[in-house]
Amino acid sequence: MFGRLTWDAIPFHEPIPLITSLVVLIAVGAIGFWVWRKGWWPYLWNEYITSTDHKRIGVMYIVLALLMLVRGFADAIMMRAQQSLAIGASQGYLPPEHYNQIFSAHGTIMIFFVAMPFVIGFMNFVVPLQLGVRDVAFPTMNNVSFWLNASGALLVNLSLFLGEFARTGWLAFPPLSEKAFSPGVGVDYYLVALQISGVGTVLTAVNFVTTILKIRAPGMSYLRMPVFCWTALASNLIMLAAFPVLTVALAQLMLDRYLGFHFFTNDGGGNSMLYMNLIWVWGHPEVYILVLPAFGIYSEVAATFSGKPLFGYRSMVFATMVICIVSYCVWLHHFFTMGAGADINAVFGIASMIIGIPTGVKIYNWLFTMYGGRVRFTVPIYYLIGFMLTFVIGGLTGVLLAIPPVDFIVHNSLFLVAHFHQVIIGGVVFALMAGYTYWFPKAFGFTLDERLGKAVFWCWFIGFHLAFMPLYVLGFWGGTRRMQHISDPSWAPWLHVAFLGAVIIGIGIVLTVVQLLYSIKTRDQRRDVTGDPWDGRTLEWLTLSPPPHYNFAVLPDVHGEEAYWTRKQTAIKEERLIDEPNYQPIEMPINTPTGVIVAFFASVCGFAIIWYIWWLAILGLIGAFAIFVWYAWQDEHEHIIPVDEVRKNARERRRIRMEHLHTISQST
Amino acid sequence: MTTEAATIGLTHGGSEDTGLGHRGPESKSIVVPYGFWLFVLSDMVLFSALFASYATLVHATDGGPTTNELFDRGLVAVETVALLLSSFVCGLAMITAKRGNMVWTQAWLVATGILGAVFLGIELYEFATMVGEGAGPQRSAFLSAFFTLVGCHGLHVACGLLWLGTMMAQIWAKGFQQHIIRRLLCFSIFWHALDIIWVGIFTIVYLIGTLPA
Ligand code: HEM
Ligand SMILES: [Cu+2]
Repeated sequence: MFGRLTWDAIPFHEPIPLITSLVVLIAVGAIGFWVWRKGWWPYLWNEYITSTDHKRIGVMYIVLALLMLVRGFADAIMMRAQQSLAIGASQGYLPPEHYNQIFSAHGTIMIFFVAMPFVIGFMNFVVPLQLGVRDVAFPTMNNVSFWLNASGALLVNLSLFLGEFARTGWLAFPPLSEKAFSPGVGVDYYLVALQISGVGTVLTAVNFVTTILKIRAPGMSYLRMPVFCWTALASNLIMLAAFPVLTVALAQLMLDRYLGFHFFTNDGGGNSMLYMNLIWVWGHPEVYILVLPAFGIYSEVAATFSGKPLFGYRSMVFATMVICIVSYCVWLHHFFTMGAGADINAVFGIASMIIGIPTGVKIYNWLFTMYGGRVRFTVPIYYLIGFMLTFVIGGLTGVLLAIPPVDFIVHNSLFLVAHFHQVIIGGVVFALMAGYTYWFPKAFGFTLDERLGKAVFWCWFIGFHLAFMPLYVLGFWGGTRRMQHISDPSWAPWLHVAFLGAVIIGIGIVLTVVQLLYSIKTRDQRRDVTGDPWDGRTLEWLTLSPPPHYNFAVLPDVHGEEAYWTRKQTAIKEERLIDEPNYQPIEMPINTPTGVIVAFFASVCGFAIIWYIWWLAILGLIGAFAIFVWYAWQDEHEHIIPVDEVRKNARERRRIRMEHLHTISQST
Repeated sequence: MTTEAATIGLTHGGSEDTGLGHRGPESKSIVVPYGFWLFVLSDMVLFSALFASYATLVHATDGGPTTNELFDRGLVAVETVALLLSSFVCGLAMITAKRGNMVWTQAWLVATGILGAVFLGIELYEFATMVGEGAGPQRSAFLSAFFTLVGCHGLHVACGLLWLGTMMAQIWAKGFQQHIIRRLLCFSIFWHALDIIWVGIFTIVYLIGTLPA
């Protein structure tokens, strides 16, 4: 009846997961209860959970990412603690089978459920606003994508309470991940969760490529799009072409595990290197899915806070698209040691180094944007500078790794761990924190506290270097990755420093929460009344903060590269706003519970597949199909916002802007 | 404003033509098929990964049966004709749907479905015989790759049939509304795309596989 699921699945005899599970369950229950007591469930249901508003969906993605960041960080600090304890005679506090689950969960969660939703969250929130339109191409599908992603996150976290997680690393390489060597549910949790969230990601990619290519404000030609939109386009094109390959690799592994196929097994003619190739054909582009939008964020931040247009806009666009393409031609650098031969390794090594060129172009563009500008040293600029310092070193160690003979020495070492954390924390996480600070006022109508924001930055910056620089050293000394126990006592000081670094990052994460709570509490001191708190240059700053559901009462007419900046300067010069347009009623998509329901059935079905509860899996599939048919049967997908309401809100905005215009012209 | 411009709004006051670009958001009748095309492209990428796996593993027979011993060109020829014909008939259905002819549209769609089902039936028969001969997907890496590639296409056809059934019911119940026509267009894009993939399978798996060794 319940397949493999028995009482043994609950970790009664393992205190760490048991206590964590209980704490998490109680916390979730308590928060749910508190929200219910406050009477906020209807609000949450109507304004977020079932919302088709790209801004709300973006916020939900980012909330998910922040929650998962806490989970992923908890794993990280546990690993750092273990490695700084289990040296020489001591075995530390984590047995190997548990330690292996932790690094696997950490990697999986950080990439798929922190970095991805964070980046996608920003694309959701920002892209339609910057393009000057009202929503993405397929608003309902957008909601579905989010919930599928959340469903994957749910399953991964469920493995903490029920059963176990994979012990096979974040990419579950066979043959270790085959049934013969990993018979438990861990790998199945991994596979099913990623398949479900992968579907969501492909749908997101379809949605955003369509949006950016087909839905833009009048006059917004390609070479007038803000750089963030360009990077989002590149990122989504990569998603569209890379995620199906991940789906295939994982599906084949599932077939091996569930039906006894022989794709990657040791017997039957299976070929585990096929998996390596497929997974990295996805995996390398994946890092560009994450880092290109990060570059986009830095570009926006650099221009805004330097008070200058971005230096070399066209070269930036060009570099982005070059990276988008070349990112497909380098995957083999992840396994130079496979034995493909010197020629093939050389080709892929050189291709990998070539990516450094457009990336270098970008770094110079940001530097020249700041050069000669009146730079305001706000939190996002801190992250930009911190990023440039960190990322250049990370990039250089990457070039080192791209030299096959060097890679033979440091492959799978702590050197590698240091390298990829350096580019992913220095590149992606810093950008996400910058973007969080930069766009927060647009989402909620008040800015975040600046002092605490800087404290958070310093924690990340210092903590990161303490935590990962020692790993370069240990890597050179021959330290391999994924070690539960360290036998050489002379490494102890370096590992202790690394632990200290992780603690400092932890303080940064705590301070992020403090900053949020404090900023909410004191929000009246930092209201963003004009909708343009940073003196911005792109269209999202044209509308109020938070923007109305429909973003713009009238779609802006775009003239020139910096749509909003030009418009603002004209208004300041002429001391008047553009003539009041002719307002019209607006059609907007209605809310829909489709996403949550689909995700519910997907979770049920996924859970059943993991535990071999076949009848439940079939029920889940039928449920998901039924909801699709039900949705397709609906006729009403839009509602109309009456022209009076549109006009009233628009006039209010014009009043505020007029007032602001007067203050500006009086002060100059 | 028409429903066409719906969600994304076309309510802008006059716009200039930049020459390079854009006079505002496209209408839904462009956006929806465009998005669906992108989805189909991503599906093609999925199949290309399956093709690559097949090409890698085709000789990994582990002492078991090889392509030449297993495949029967005659059967596959019938299968192919059924699928291509089904696509053609689907095209006819589109034409009659645009003219708003309910009876003929439904008739052609039924024919599309029947031909698709014939294709699927033959495929299942082929699979069953192979499994019966001890040449199931568990036999060797080659057979795993074969069943996955061809089976995945078959699964797409099966999903297509399910979709087709739903579409027919919708057209019947709601008539030729704009959004229903759009969906029908997406369905036909999907159905034709499955042809293209089948042509690849036909060539790479069956034709090359039955070349005299
Ligand atoms: C917040 C600070 C972080 C710390 C202290 C940290 C620490 C660690 C540690 C100790 C490992 C295991 C290294 C080993 O194998 O010996 C690891 C692995 C990994 N981390 Fe992090 N990490 C952090 C953030 C991140 C972020 C933000 C990401 C990605 C977005 C990430 C992605 C990964 C991946 C993919 C692995 C490889 C897992 C595997 O071996 O399968 N980490 N990290
Ligand atoms: Cu790579």
